[in-house]
Amino acid sequence: MTQQVLMAVLAVIAGVGASLAYFFGTNWLLDRLAPDGRRPDGEYLSREPLRNAIRPWLFVLPALVILGIYLVYPVFETARLSLFDRSGTEFVGLSNYAWAIQNPEFHLAIRNNVLWLLFVPAMSTAFGLLVATLADRVRWGNVAKSLIFMPMAISFVGASVIWKFVYDYRGPDVGQIGIVNAIVVALGGEPQAWITVPFWNNFFLMIILVWIQTGFAMVILSAALRGVPEETIEAAQIDGASEYAVFFKIIIPQIFSTILVVWTTITIVVLKVFDIVLAMTNGQWGTEVLANSMYNWMFRGGGDFGRGSVIALVIMIAVVPIMVWNIRRFQTEEAMR
Amino acid sequence: MAEVVLESIYKRFGNVTAVKDFSLNIADEEFMVFVGPSGCGKTTTLRMIAGLEEISDGVLKIGDRVVNDVPPKDRDIAMVFQNYALYPHMNVHQNMSFGLRLRKTPKADIERRVGEAAKLLQIDHLLERRPRELSGGQRQRVALGRAIVREPKVFLMDEPLSNLDAKLRVEMRASISKLHRRLGVTTVYVTHDQVEAMTMGTRIVVMKDGLIQQVDSPINLYDKPVNKFVAGFMGSPAMNFLLGNVQNGHLKSPQFDLAPSGDLAPKLKALEGKKVYVGIRPENLGLRGMSAIEEGDNIIKAQVEVVEPLGAETHILASVGGDQTLVARVDSHAQVAAGDQIDLLADLGFLHVFDMESEANLRYT
Repeated sequence: MTQQVLMAVLAVIAGVGASLAYFFGTNWLLDRLAPDGRRPDGEYLSREPLRNAIRPWLFVLPALVILGIYLVYPVFETARLSLFDRSGTEFVGLSNYAWAIQNPEFHLAIRNNVLWLLFVPAMSTAFGLLVATLADRVRWGNVAKSLIFMPMAISFVGASVIWKFVYDYRGPDVGQIGIVNAIVVALGGEPQAWITVPFWNNFFLMIILVWIQTGFAMVILSAALRGVPEETIEAAQIDGASEYAVFFKIIIPQIFSTILVVWTTITIVVLKVFDIVLAMTNGQWGTEVLANSMYNWMFRGGGDFGRGSVIALVIMIAVVPIMVWNIRRFQTEEAMR
Repeated sequence: MAEVVLESIYKRFGNVTAVKDFSLNIADEEFMVFVGPSGCGKTTTLRMIAGLEEISDGVLKIGDRVVNDVPPKDRDIAMVFQNYALYPHMNVHQNMSFGLRLRKTPKADIERRVGEAAKLLQIDHLLERRPRELSGGQRQRVALGRAIVREPKVFLMDEPLSNLDAKLRVEMRASISKLHRRLGVTTVYVTHDQVEAMTMGTRIVVMKDGLIQQVDSPINLYDKPVNKFVAGFMGSPAMNFLLGNVQNGHLKSPQFDLAPSGDLAPKLKALEGKKVYVGIRPENLGLRGMSAIEEGDNIIKAQVEVVEPLGAETHILASVGGDQTLVARVDSHAQVAAGDQIDLLADLGFLHVFDMESEANLRYT
């Protein structure tokens, strides 16, 4: 144990030390290799511009290399693997893609992903906005906000474990420990194995992610709401606006760009949703999603690198437009400042 | 068109009382200015009239209706805010018509009113712009326009010119006065700038520490301030206050010996032997030998510290007995320099005497 801790500390020191050594070393080297000098005609020659052109590249080089190895290269490798067979050795053309297009399980995963995309960002943003708006009006608002933010700190798998108990089912004649079934039974209903109820079980899983992401949406939107000038609200009240009109016609439009940012950020999280499905159902009972499907094909049952890669590419391509749009938006907003 | 009546209005924030026993009748079509240093409660009072602050105690009437518990939107008022408070996501036209649209005013009516107001304020070429694309002065005009199109009973203005540069402020001051004359709408205008108050108000309320000090027309406030605070607040440069003793009906100190005349003389008897503040406005002082003020028991000895020639006139900042200073407005051709010992003549007809404790003006007690 102590040895492990010691190793960890050493690793941190070594890592930081190596980084420092790299930055100071390359900087020193640059100054030595491109010093100021004299032209042949004896005129003083400053190589400062040259050094200034090189220096930033030296400093971002490690990051570029690491990004290249861990991000750019895998993209191309995945694209390549998608054209090869399950072991990644034999070229099979587009047959993996053809398989995906015809596979009902893949269709189900796509449909479920679309459902997740429609439901989770909308609900998280809506709840987040609701809490952010209402919490400022009550004295215990800050306590409520902290409680709602807390799930953010829980890992997706941890959250799934919690919600497994919420949806727990113990058979028809046993006492129910899951709170949902407990409530249903108390109200005179029949207990259900919720996560096996076709179609609706998708939403039961989505609620977990909504539960986690609402805190995120709330924090960001709460900050945005603070940025809405009080006077515009007062001016609207005097102009004759009701509370609803103030909210929808004055406040919402002013924080709309933030709402979009929150929405797209959660959308990207949702596209990659994996842990919750894996931990709750592993894609059974019609809850399969793309990321879980990819994981299953790639690493389980001996693994099929070809088919797994196809699904991985589909996820990546689905994320790209949202990313591009997000970045564009960010840039235009920066330009407007 | 309406009068606004405030009957012993109080505003309390926890233990702090921001406005105390505020009673005032604002007549129909009047331009009433609230003026005072920051924190005097003038904005709080305005916000209570607007309905943005609850009234802790007292009665507020607009027209003949008690509006204490009427929400802002139903008080038929329009307000112009210090930082304009334009809706950033709407263009000028939408900003101005927002209130009308909420009230479901017919479209043709909206167009007519916005068009007229825009023309009046010379912003008709900006209707498609967003607030962000406007200059400060233009934004202020839009904010005014937004208030005008509503055709409210009362305009409330909360330091609307304080964010503008000096030149624009003077311009807008005149525009607002003209606008008021033309529209004839009862207006309550809050400012901390006594020049704005003097130039715009038909009447002025001077406030301090949540209390009304004096309510009167600008010129009466200037000529007949009821206490030292009002005397010092109205007028620029401010009234000079010198410490003096009442001796045999004269106001005395080592540097001066003034013999007040008129109705002030008998009142001074009550303060015989006591210390008082002697108040004299800078324009009621003159340089001996260079002034129309006649000499006779009215000399103040002073030493010139700074001479500020303004072209049309010159301000002399002088020290009286080393520990007190005064300002005199004299002819611009006065031949004085820093360090000179001078004799200033005080116009005794404009002398004010303030009680040390109550700070009340002896003339009006």
